[in-house]
Amino acid sequence: MTAAVSTLEIRNLHVSVETEEGPREILRGVDLTVRKGETHAIMGPNGSGKSTLSYSIAGHPKYTVTDGSITLDGEDVLAMGVDARARAGIFLAMQYPVEIPGVSVSNFLRSSATAVRGEAPKLRTWVKEVKASMEALEMDPAFAERGVNEGFSGGEKKRHEILQMALLKPKIAVLDETDSGLDVDALRIVSGGIEAVRAKGETGILLITHYTRILRYIKPEFVHVMAAGRIVDEGGPELAAVLEDSGYDRYVKGDGAAAPAGAGAVS
Amino acid sequence: MVVIDATGRPPMASGAVPRPVRSRNPLDHGVPTGREEAWRFTPLRRLRGLLAGPDADGKVSVTVSAPAGVAVEQLDAADPRIGRVLTPADRVAAFAMARAGGATAVTIPAEAALAEPVIVHLHGESPRTAAGAAAGVAYGHLSIEVGPFASATVVLDHTGSATYAGNVEVYVGHGASLTFVSLQDWDAGAVHVGAHAYSIGRDAKLRSFTVTLGGDLVRLNPTVEYRGPGGDAELNGVFFTDAGQHQEHRLLVTHTPRSCRSRVTYKGALRGDAAHSVWIGDVLIEADAVDTDTYELNRNLVLTDGARADSVPNLEILTGEIVGAGHASATGRFDDEALFYLQSRGIPPAEARRLVVHGFFAEVIDRIQVTEVRDRIMATVSGRLGETPAGDSTEAAAGAGAVVGAGAGPAGA
Repeated sequence: MTAAVSTLEIRNLHVSVETEEGPREILRGVDLTVRKGETHAIMGPNGSGKSTLSYSIAGHPKYTVTDGSITLDGEDVLAMGVDARARAGIFLAMQYPVEIPGVSVSNFLRSSATAVRGEAPKLRTWVKEVKASMEALEMDPAFAERGVNEGFSGGEKKRHEILQMALLKPKIAVLDETDSGLDVDALRIVSGGIEAVRAKGETGILLITHYTRILRYIKPEFVHVMAAGRIVDEGGPELAAVLEDSGYDRYVKGDGAAAPAGAGAVS
Repeated sequence: MVVIDATGRPPMASGAVPRPVRSRNPLDHGVPTGREEAWRFTPLRRLRGLLAGPDADGKVSVTVSAPAGVAVEQLDAADPRIGRVLTPADRVAAFAMARAGGATAVTIPAEAALAEPVIVHLHGESPRTAAGAAAGVAYGHLSIEVGPFASATVVLDHTGSATYAGNVEVYVGHGASLTFVSLQDWDAGAVHVGAHAYSIGRDAKLRSFTVTLGGDLVRLNPTVEYRGPGGDAELNGVFFTDAGQHQEHRLLVTHTPRSCRSRVTYKGALRGDAAHSVWIGDVLIEADAVDTDTYELNRNLVLTDGARADSVPNLEILTGEIVGAGHASATGRFDDEALFYLQSRGIPPAEARRLVVHGFFAEVIDRIQVTEVRDRIMATVSGRLGETPAGDSTEAAAGAGAVVGAGAGPAGA
């Protein structure tokens, strides 16, 4: 790791998706700065654009950036392909990790570590590294020989995502609803894995969540509330406590920024 | 599809699964026009006259390496052991039988447990014309018998170039177990038409792998019959059809005795202009074949525009008292979400595609327990995928046009 402060800067980001009725704008000018070592939570109701933001950072082809910029340490992230973004240090833990039949977890992890680190990790240290990370996440070693996400339970998928984050050591990690679908035990284990990465202070974490539950385990320094494609409120951890009590009603009703009908599909 | 009658009357055949004429006499088989069900997908002109049974003017050499105890013999044309399993169902197979001038016979004795595979190298030595086409016609016949309660692995390895009509008949004796691999790793320009007939003894098990990678045109016709209850046939297949190649696999599994099992799993990848694969999976469950358990599956992964995969499963069931009978067919493109997932972990697009294709084939190829063969197939597939221009983007692959197939759905789903 270099001593430089890694900074992800999102400025005036506008993002559209193609629908049957033509393009529809989902993000309407998002501004956000995440630095190495910081933990940000983005909270908001369904349809507010949280997942769109995370996919746009990772470069999913479904989302079209129509205005604004994303930079990482001044480099234009939007000009990079999906794989180049990952190699530059951006990681997205997905809400719904995809099955890749026949590709073993061990083969996949090694391929991605080789790509991100720029050289194949030394086999002996690599095996130890993977083993230790899997143990920390209470994953069965046999897991490594299964197909990527193939037949994984919800909890296994999320642990596998956090395992990848631990191994790839990103500068910026976007965790898209990593807490969703987890029972209490799995939430504790997954949160422990996130906390371990955070404790190293080398990764800026953007925790996207609908619920405040995960914030009992991971305390963000910054909380942002997203509604109708914009950041509508910001604050410290105390804001999460307010949301826990009062929910999102005041953000979606108040200023006419209520999500358009059907927006639930783009949560 | 299903004709079931509980009254005891003879069942009515729906005809979903065709019953071809079976005869060793080539003249008993009509000359195909290309409109017949059995020939409608095959580009007849590219068969280089095999339908007319021209005299052999080329050569496919046969070399057998076998562990001690395995008998390898040359049978002359009149030997009664020829044709015990295979009665030709089309002109090419009948001509092959008539013109092969005998057969190479491999016999694995009863109760033998072979530690090493029997390898049969079939190498096409026909001169190639300037245009790259295999000029020489050759015929061949192999007869393989596994004695009762023996266990063995037999690998046919087709290489080189030829215009080859080759029959293979395999008998798996009672209680025996055979792993059988037929690898079509021909040079570009080879033409190979083959009838592969398997007969499964009582309580015998066949696990076969048909792997077609090379050649200009390959048309194989694996058939399975059972000689007693308890037979189990697994027919696995892999093909990689590149630009201009025609690869056709027409399977027929006939369940006659009771309590037999069949599993058909074929996976194909296609790439490039005029790449054409054909998979026909016919399963016939006859009236006395109660307690039958069968399932067949074909999945095709279309990697680029311009390729065409035809996939037709047919199931005809003449008794209702079965364990299960089903089929599935799906032809699809790369799963874009899988490619995105891999790329989001830093893996470049070309390597992401290679991983997905490897994974797609692994389900079948990993079952081949002959390490050298398995590694060679994977290396060939990797090499072929490596030929993809490194710079081409996911978008180019994802945006390619429509594909024709019997089923449409995400491959590997």
